Amino acid sequence: MEGLDAILRKLPFFADLTPDQQVLISGCARNHRFDAGQYLFREGDAADEFFIVRHGQVALEIVAPGRTPRVISTLGEDEVVGAAWLVPPYRWMYDARARTLTRAIGIDAACLRGKCDADPALGYDMMKLFLPMLVKQLHSTQLQLLDVYMGH
Amino acid sequence: MPAEPDATVELCAIDAFAPEIYRVAAAQQELHDTVTLELVPENGARPVFAPGQFNMLYAFGVGEAAISMSGDPTAGGGYVHTVRNVGAVSAAISGLKAGDQIGVRGPFGAGWPVAEAEGSDVVFAAGGLGLAPLRPAIYQVLKHRERYGRVAILFGTRSPGDMLYRQELESWRQRLDIEVDVTVDHADAEWHGNVGVVTGLVRRATFDPADTVAMVCGPEVMMRFTAAALGDTGLAAGSIYLSMERNMKCAIGLCGHCQFGPDFICKDGPVMAYDRIAEIFALREV
Repeated sequence: MEGLDAILRKLPFFADLTPDQQVLISGCARNHRFDAGQYLFREGDAADEFFIVRHGQVALEIVAPGRTPRVISTLGEDEVVGAAWLVPPYRWMYDARARTLTRAIGIDAACLRGKCDADPALGYDMMKLFLPMLVKQLHSTQLQLLDVYMGH
Repeated sequence: MPAEPDATVELCAIDAFAPEIYRVAAAQQELHDTVTLELVPENGARPVFAPGQFNMLYAFGVGEAAISMSGDPTAGGGYVHTVRNVGAVSAAISGLKAGDQIGVRGPFGAGWPVAEAEGSDVVFAAGGLGLAPLRPAIYQVLKHRERYGRVAILFGTRSPGDMLYRQELESWRQRLDIEVDVTVDHADAEWHGNVGVVTGLVRRATFDPADTVAMVCGPEVMMRFTAAALGDTGLAAGSIYLSMERNMKCAIGLCGHCQFGPDFICKDGPVMAYDRIAEIFALREV
C-alpha cells in the first residue's frame, strides 16, 4: 500500500516543495474518506485540519437561517479545502460538505504550523503555495460578485 | 467634372440595407427571458452562413438588432436565432409567435475559425447566452469530429435555472469523445454540479496549449478573464478567438457605430483573434 509521503509527492499542490519538505508535511498528514453529504468541517469549528481532495467533490456552503444553503464554490481533484488554518483565530467561516464520495489528505494544522515556525523556509514556501491560491479565489469571487451574465 | 458614382457599390449597399421578409416557423421558449426562433424566408431559400456570423433582425416598427445564428449551418430549413429579451427590439423579436413576419438582413461578418482549427485541439468557452453564437461551430466540429484533436466545451452561466440548451449540453456530455464541463456562479445546495467561474474550468480542461484553437463567447468581462486564463496555460493570443459585441447598425462597415479601434466589429468581426484586439480590448474607453 502506498505510503502517505508517496501520495503527498504526487499531489500537484506540493510538487514544488523539496523532497525533505514533503516528508516533513507527510508527518502531519492522514487519509480521509467522506461519504456524500458528510461534512469535512462546519462553520465555527476550529480550523485544525485542512484537506487536499484526491477524488470527489466538496462544496463550500454558507447557511442563512430558514434558507437553503448557498454554495460559494465547489472544489475537486487536487484542490485545497480551507485556508483559515493559516491565520488566527483559526476558525472555519463556512461549511465544507462532500457532494460525492470524497477521498482527501488531511493535514493537521497545528502540526504544520509548528513545523513552519521551527523552519521559516518551510513556512515561506507554504505561503508561496497558499497565496496564489487565495488570490485566484479572490479573483473568482470578484467575478461572481459582478454577476456578469445578468442581462446578457 | 464630377466622378461617376460607382454603381456596383451603390447597388450592394442598397441590397444590404433591404431586409428580406421571413416568417417565424417555430418559437421555443428556452428560459424565462430567452427564446429560440426558426425563421424561414417567404421567398426562396435562406443564404448559406458560416458559424459565428450574424443577421440584422428587424422587428417591424420597432427596430433592428444584430443577432448571431445559433443553428446548424448545414441543416436545411431556415435560420435559427436565440434571442434574450433585454430591450425594446429584443423584446419585440422574442415576443414573436409562429406565423409572424420579421425582416432579415444578412448574413454578415467573420465567423469562427472552424476549418483552420482542423488538426488541433479545440476549446469552446461560453458564458451565458454566449453559448448561442458558439453552437453552430460546435455542431460543425462534432459533425467532423475525426478532423480535430481533443475537444472541450466549457460553459459558465449565472445559475442552474439560467442554463441555455440544457438538454443539448446533457446529450453532449454523454459523448465519450468530448469533454463537457459546466459551472454556475450562484447555486443552492440542490444543484449538484460545479459552482465557480468559468475560468476555473479552463484551468482543469485537457488540451495541448501548443496546438489548440480556443473560441470564446460571452459577456466582455467573462471573455477578458477567460482569454487571460487561456493565456496562462501557454495558449498563444493568436489562437484565441472572441466574438465581440458592439452597437451594430448598418452591418457592412459604413456607419461606424461598431468601430473598435481600426476595425469595425460588423465587418472585421464579430469573431476576432485576441492578438489583434488585445490592446484595445483592455482600454475601458473603447
